[in-house]
Amino acid sequence: MVELVQEKDIYRSAFARLEAESNPVGGSALITLRTQAMARFAELGFPTLRHEDWRYTNVARIAKTEFRSAVDCGVDLDERAIVAETFPEAQFHRLVFVNGFFARDLSSQHGLPKGVQVASLAETLDDDPSWVERHLARYASYQDHAFTALNTALMEDGAFVYVPKGVIVEQPIHLLYVTMPGVEPIVVHPRNLIIADEASQLTIIESYVGLGEGVYFTNAVTEISVGEGAVVDHYKVQRESTQAYHVGTTQLYQRRSSTASSHIISIGGDIVRNDINAVLDGEGCDCTLNGLYVPAGKQHVDNHLRVEHRKPHGNSREHFKGILDDNARGVFTGRIIVHKDAQKTDAKQTNRNLLLSDSASVDTKPQLEILADDVKCTHGATIGQLDKDAMFYLRARGISADAARSLLVFAFASESIAKIKPQPVRSQVQQILLERLPQGDQLQGLS
Amino acid sequence: MLQIRNLHVNVQGHKILKGLTLTINAGEVHSMMGPNGSGKSTLAQVLAGRDTYEVTEGEVFFEGRNLLELEPDERARAGVFLAFQYPVEIPGVGTAYFLRAAVNALRKHRGEEELDAVDFLEFVKEKMRLVDMDEQLLKRSVNEGFSGGEKKRGEIFQMAVLEPKFAILDETDSGLDIDALKIVADGVNSMRRTDRAFLVITHYQRLLNYIVPDFVHVLVDGRIVKSGGKELAMELEERGYAWADQSIRHAAAAS
Repeated sequence: MVELVQEKDIYRSAFARLEAESNPVGGSALITLRTQAMARFAELGFPTLRHEDWRYTNVARIAKTEFRSAVDCGVDLDERAIVAETFPEAQFHRLVFVNGFFARDLSSQHGLPKGVQVASLAETLDDDPSWVERHLARYASYQDHAFTALNTALMEDGAFVYVPKGVIVEQPIHLLYVTMPGVEPIVVHPRNLIIADEASQLTIIESYVGLGEGVYFTNAVTEISVGEGAVVDHYKVQRESTQAYHVGTTQLYQRRSSTASSHIISIGGDIVRNDINAVLDGEGCDCTLNGLYVPAGKQHVDNHLRVEHRKPHGNSREHFKGILDDNARGVFTGRIIVHKDAQKTDAKQTNRNLLLSDSASVDTKPQLEILADDVKCTHGATIGQLDKDAMFYLRARGISADAARSLLVFAFASESIAKIKPQPVRSQVQQILLERLPQGDQLQGLS
Repeated sequence: MLQIRNLHVNVQGHKILKGLTLTINAGEVHSMMGPNGSGKSTLAQVLAGRDTYEVTEGEVFFEGRNLLELEPDERARAGVFLAFQYPVEIPGVGTAYFLRAAVNALRKHRGEEELDAVDFLEFVKEKMRLVDMDEQLLKRSVNEGFSGGEKKRGEIFQMAVLEPKFAILDETDSGLDIDALKIVADGVNSMRRTDRAFLVITHYQRLLNYIVPDFVHVLVDGRIVKSGGKELAMELEERGYAWADQSIRHAAAAS
């Protein structure tokens, strides 16, 4: 118990400092929200393995580390390294955050349509605190999630994106979070609020990148509200450094006839937990959740999905693939809830895992709660190794064992990669994967 | 070209090949016939280097090299080709990419320049005509969703592309209709050369009407019980494998 109190105290002091600010961002509404979230975090505490949703992911190391707020640590800005991460060739609108704080000089926008806002969340809330009451924390509940509660209490900055009714933003909006760890462990709580009004359309790309070595903790929450008939594609490419902890919630809230997709690509990090929640709160919603995780070494990646069908005629597709090497561990939980009113729901979930070593492991678990009686729900999970017959077939054609192995691994991933629509992002993910594979350079031009 | 001496092979503790001896010279076409379970496919897989088969005795030399010491891909690069009885489906790996990787592995081995995608396509189109393959197949994943006939023709197509010195056809004829069978046979016949040899494994004599072998061997219970010219195949078709087996036993008893 004593230990638990200490764990929370670390964050209490950070909260006390925020509270003490003379000119707090977001006005009184945000202070109220923060206070409630902090109180909830104090009640919940960090989850342990006894918590059903955290059975396979031990966050004790995160809980025990004395992280400092990045605001206290000076940063040697390596601008060139940061710019290299921004898809400089592409005409993306971008917001860059360094150690959690908006870096205006590194951000840019190119002729956004009228009424579209792409800005720092802190600045937006400062200008117009009413956004807080209308949207902030309306979608991502902190009641049952300690990390979301912590983020809500301690959020400092992140992206605010608003697309008005009927507006189509053609170029993707790229949100880049760069963490440059220092001597002492730091924590950042990125908070993003994305609002797509009725019949609008946009693509959001979140990148998390660690530059340099050192322990740090990213605790991110992204709320995406998808208006009636709107279309939102979301990508999260997580490439934290090897000693980083990454806990992130992606919350999709969908209104009638909207289409949303989220693609969660997990490459870096030490302990990684992605919560991907979708609420289909209108008739005829279409929701696609794709994922690819490729842990090696001692990496631990937990993807926790929750898709909630509240209204009839909703489609949801979940397709998560894992490639695990060395002592890596993967966790997949796919919860699908179909409410009583959500007749004619069509939900499909697959989780496929490729284990490249005997010491890699995966726990995969579907959880279906179906209260409607006229629905189609399917789920399937596989855990396998490289197909020996395919290996032999390739080698019998003169392809070396290394190249054959890489080819099969890449083929396994290529289905997920092909679903990434923005070409620069697709190339980036493909490139990273190829670099990890023996003789991967020879696989260029495969797809 | 190929010398197999007293080859004994176990599969999961069962003795499958029990002392097989066979010499194949360049330019020859040998046919290996035999009933199901006689060890025909085991022979094919062992020669190609499948590691689930355990060689307990005997030796195999290919162009003077100890074949059994080579990895499967080394064997392929040395010029050994196996047309699989059951070609493997490999989702996500495009046929064109796969074949180019294979061709370039060979070319690199021979010290030749690797082909780029454009040159490769030119080279391959000609080979596709040889076995009447639809070019669309190049865009699909390796063998995925191919019909049985397409898979078998695909193996012959690959053989034509890779131009091996020694090709083993493992029941490439089984399940083929007569038109497909002729296409396969034409493909093989067009590749017959004085510096190339074939081992055609088949259960039925039918294929040998189109690929006329120089030698026919009868494999029963892991041993070659009878060898002869192409007329042996006809005789087998009429009399059955029991005849070949018995005739050898009688011969053994008489000596």
